Amino acid sequence: MSIILDNVSYVYSENTAYQIQALKNINLKIEDGQFIGIIGHTGSGKSTLIQHLNGLMKATSGSIYFHGKDIYEEDFDLRELRNRVGLVFQYPEHQLFEATIFDDVSFGPKNQGLTKEEAGLRTFEALKKVGMPEELYDQSPFGLSGGQKRRVAIAGVLAMKPEVLILDEPTAGLDPAGRDEILDLVARMHREQGITVILVSHSMEDVAKYVQRMIVMNQGSVMYDGLPKEVFRHYKELEAVGLAAPQVTYLMNELKACGLNVDTDATTIAEARASLLEALMGMDAKKADFGGTPC
Amino acid sequence: MGIIRAKQLVHEYIRRDEEGNVESIETALDHVDLDVEQGQFIAILGHNGSGKSTLAKHINALLTPTEGSLWVGDMDVSKEENILPVRRTAGMVFQNPDNQIVASVVEEDVGFGPENIGVPTEEIWRRVEKSLKDVGMLAYRHHSPNKLSGGQKQRVAIAGVVAMEPKCIVFDEPTAMLDPNGRKEVIRTAHALNKEKGVTVILITHYMEEVVDADRIIVMDQGKIVMQGTPREIFSAVGKLKEYRLDVPQITVLADLLRQAGLDIPVGVLKREELLQHILRIAQVEKSGEVS
Repeated sequence: MSIILDNVSYVYSENTAYQIQALKNINLKIEDGQFIGIIGHTGSGKSTLIQHLNGLMKATSGSIYFHGKDIYEEDFDLRELRNRVGLVFQYPEHQLFEATIFDDVSFGPKNQGLTKEEAGLRTFEALKKVGMPEELYDQSPFGLSGGQKRRVAIAGVLAMKPEVLILDEPTAGLDPAGRDEILDLVARMHREQGITVILVSHSMEDVAKYVQRMIVMNQGSVMYDGLPKEVFRHYKELEAVGLAAPQVTYLMNELKACGLNVDTDATTIAEARASLLEALMGMDAKKADFGGTPC
Repeated sequence: MGIIRAKQLVHEYIRRDEEGNVESIETALDHVDLDVEQGQFIAILGHNGSGKSTLAKHINALLTPTEGSLWVGDMDVSKEENILPVRRTAGMVFQNPDNQIVASVVEEDVGFGPENIGVPTEEIWRRVEKSLKDVGMLAYRHHSPNKLSGGQKQRVAIAGVVAMEPKCIVFDEPTAMLDPNGRKEVIRTAHALNKEKGVTVILITHYMEEVVDADRIIVMDQGKIVMQGTPREIFSAVGKLKEYRLDVPQITVLADLLRQAGLDIPVGVLKREELLQHILRIAQVEKSGEVS
């Protein structure tokens, strides 16, 4: 089962002087259990796209199917869709509002119509997942650090037990350790519970490290859709639309241009390391044939 | 004498209950000493809550010291009468460009600051043109800021600060919300202002790649300056940086791993170009070894 977008278009302020087409004929199939990265420059349509996936925005034309059902059918339960497709907005900590961390996280499950006990259990579980120490549960979320606040906000969505978790730039403004904590948490949930994760990011390095499939948005259309190494092969085209490849991919391409036989598909530090050691340590002498063109 | 000098600077955030009794005291800056020379490019790193932004806000007199002192040029920021002159000397660029843009036309937005401090109209227009040119946005002077990309908006915000002709600009995570191109544009602009106009730059960021060209890096932790040095010195201490919840640039990590695997690569490689040259050198040696 999956989410299918069939020829989805979205126009802001249709039939006015300010009309802007934010999405143009998007066709996508999001399979269960995938870890997907969406990249694109500011204004490329990323945020508009993800808000269609849980029915927050309604396509101007085209259809969206969730588990085979048209979400725009009259009898489709959009509320249920939003329970199953969880969306974590940019700077989600700005949406914390309750007096205690526990109350804030349990707001979602309570709203789902669960009993107090069930909602409480879900809340415990979610706070545990994001690694929040139990002694903080009764404290105000506003006294936490930026990274902790964000984890509480994510727990609020997790407590609703979504099948699909969409995160819009979850690491913006976090320090490097905070960034790794959030991404490792998401990767673990994907691995251990098999939930579908859609990560919107401006960090090519993060996308290369974590996702299985990459979707590149440009001017409201899907420009590329494939494995990270396939997409980053087009690094020149990505640059032309305001994006880039990971630093190591550039290095590998430059070395290749200098005649060194290295893997230009390397997009992570680990891949680059393996390829460089193979090329340089004479483990495979023939492959390490250096052309010698000085550059 | 430096343009920014902190002496035993302490800042405490004091939380009080309804009756005014002190509930908690959080020491955000803990006896910080700092001396920044005019024309330097300084980067400040540190995890969320380490005190970076609190320090930055003192330089702009948005906060004043609880103890100790901070001087901008020859002005003590704690003195009421110095607040406006301090803000004219040290400008500030924030994280979110949308919160910093006030007018509906780019050139009017840039002119807002100088107009506010009573600069004569003709001089305002001269400054608007000059500062938009400095950030490479002159072609957009008649545009609406809403239609610009994130990086362009942020450059308009920078132009607005430049139009005040400050000697120093503090950038507080100016690229956190930008895409890769926008990040490059903003960092390039900061360097250009530093090199070509001699503006002292203080850059706060979480992107390690952005600080490799700084003159000096300052690392903060728990309100204290815990490391200080050139990018090469700082990024050679990978383990120590990780303890402070920081990182090193991707290229530095790769170079370290290659060195640990036995390749002849020095510590503290910062840029792609450097690593490229080291790898090519090693490949040449391998090759000549094979031949003989």
